[in-house]
Amino acid sequence: MARIIVVTSGKGGVGKTTTSAAISMGLALKGHRTAVIDFDVGLRNLDLIMGCERRVVYDFVNVINGEATLNQALIKDKRCDKLFILPASQTRDKESLTVEGVGKVLEDLSKDFDYIVCDSPAGIERGATLAMYYADDAIVVTNPEVSSVRDSDRMLGILASKSRRAEQGEEPIKEYLLLTRYSPQRVKLGEMLSVEDVQDILSLHLLGVIPESKAVLTASNSGVPVILDDKSDAGQAFSDVVRRYLGEHVTHRFIDLEKKGLFNRLFGG
Amino acid sequence: MPPTHSVTGEFTHAFEIKSGPVNLPLLKLLSDDVGAISAQLRQKIRQAPDFFRNAPMAIDIHSIADASDNIDFIALVRIMRDYGLIPVGLCGGQERHNQAAQSVGLSVLSLARHEQPPSPPQVSETPKSKSPPAEMHSKIIEQPVRSGQRIYVAAGDLVVMSQVSAGAEIMADGNIHVYGTLRGRALAGVQGNLESRIFCHDLQAELVSVGGHYKISENIDDSLRGVPVQIFLQDQSLIIQRL
Repeated sequence: MARIIVVTSGKGGVGKTTTSAAISMGLALKGHRTAVIDFDVGLRNLDLIMGCERRVVYDFVNVINGEATLNQALIKDKRCDKLFILPASQTRDKESLTVEGVGKVLEDLSKDFDYIVCDSPAGIERGATLAMYYADDAIVVTNPEVSSVRDSDRMLGILASKSRRAEQGEEPIKEYLLLTRYSPQRVKLGEMLSVEDVQDILSLHLLGVIPESKAVLTASNSGVPVILDDKSDAGQAFSDVVRRYLGEHVTHRFIDLEKKGLFNRLFGG
Repeated sequence: MPPTHSVTGEFTHAFEIKSGPVNLPLLKLLSDDVGAISAQLRQKIRQAPDFFRNAPMAIDIHSIADASDNIDFIALVRIMRDYGLIPVGLCGGQERHNQAAQSVGLSVLSLARHEQPPSPPQVSETPKSKSPPAEMHSKIIEQPVRSGQRIYVAAGDLVVMSQVSAGAEIMADGNIHVYGTLRGRALAGVQGNLESRIFCHDLQAELVSVGGHYKISENIDDSLRGVPVQIFLQDQSLIIQRL
């Protein structure tokens, strides 16, 4: 049985798709068969970040509607043969997703994969609630600013009450906090919430802190998950996150303003 | 309110006599030293002159009735009138006090219990005769209450062991206890139980309410934010008290 991970946030633009791409690639690089699904039907982005947009034939909605098989729709990553992408449909809307349809696709994928990463759309409507409905683990992506923190809190409430695990009274979804676009300099200047502030409000297990980095934009634009840029701070931070998720003990980095960290940023970023 | 006329045969009633609960502030005396009472009263009224202007008030001497024989009711009534209060009666006294009070125009009030208006205690006592259902309606929440979530406990208390986030709403007919940080809204006594209270470990709430009397975040004193407090109603005003 695969472990189903939802990458969610409530708020848009905080880095869900970047995170989904990086974490699914990271899990695959560790040797786990991983599928990553774009739930943002109508606003397809994951294929761009993964650099497979020119190979999309069938999509998630086609599979749900029985117009294509999973094998036809899954796109194998060219850099890592353990990773497969299931793109969203750009021409449909989120109403095309149904609880039964999504459940069937996840069940079929579970037979072949170790991890299924669900890239949730923003908001708390149908696409987002379906992306998290079947999840075992949730990575809540949050920026260090108040509106993002509140939206994450709202999403945590939905995870705790409207998931399949909640409805069937099973063990609740495991929730992890991933703080992205973090800038220790701006925290020091009081322009940004600190890790402690965010944890104080959300009281969640911290999976990692991804520093604000030019490498993320560069990676997105070139269709390479940022985790593959192992010289960059963001790439290294995502590698740490994957190792932590898999149970390794890895000390948190990129939280404090250190001279060494600054040099790394200058030469590596 | 317009008088209601009910016609029975040829007679039209000009009034009806009914007993109804009236909330009356009590001046609970802890000493019979009129000078000390006067000084404290002056200070108290200076804090909220509008609240006390023409306010009816009863004198409760329950605490000192045994020890004090000669309470100077004439002076007491004069002082109260001077400060704009309307002394209406005496409660908690013994026969000799009652006679003295009546001689200066105070009525003798009898309260079921001295500190509480009669109705709420009766309500809380009735369930006792029926086994213990009051406890069973209470609810304990161990998980954080997140933004957008609402929790309501009918006929009981709500205990939250974790935090209550901004944008969350917790309500109970009884008391509310929050052992984490309270950032959302907390409403105790939503069915009108004025005796209910809110207790919280760290007050950062958006709104707190007891029996429909509420305070929004903006009106909560900064010195009470981020500290353990209890919130209750006293003389129809919401009191936030540091614990």
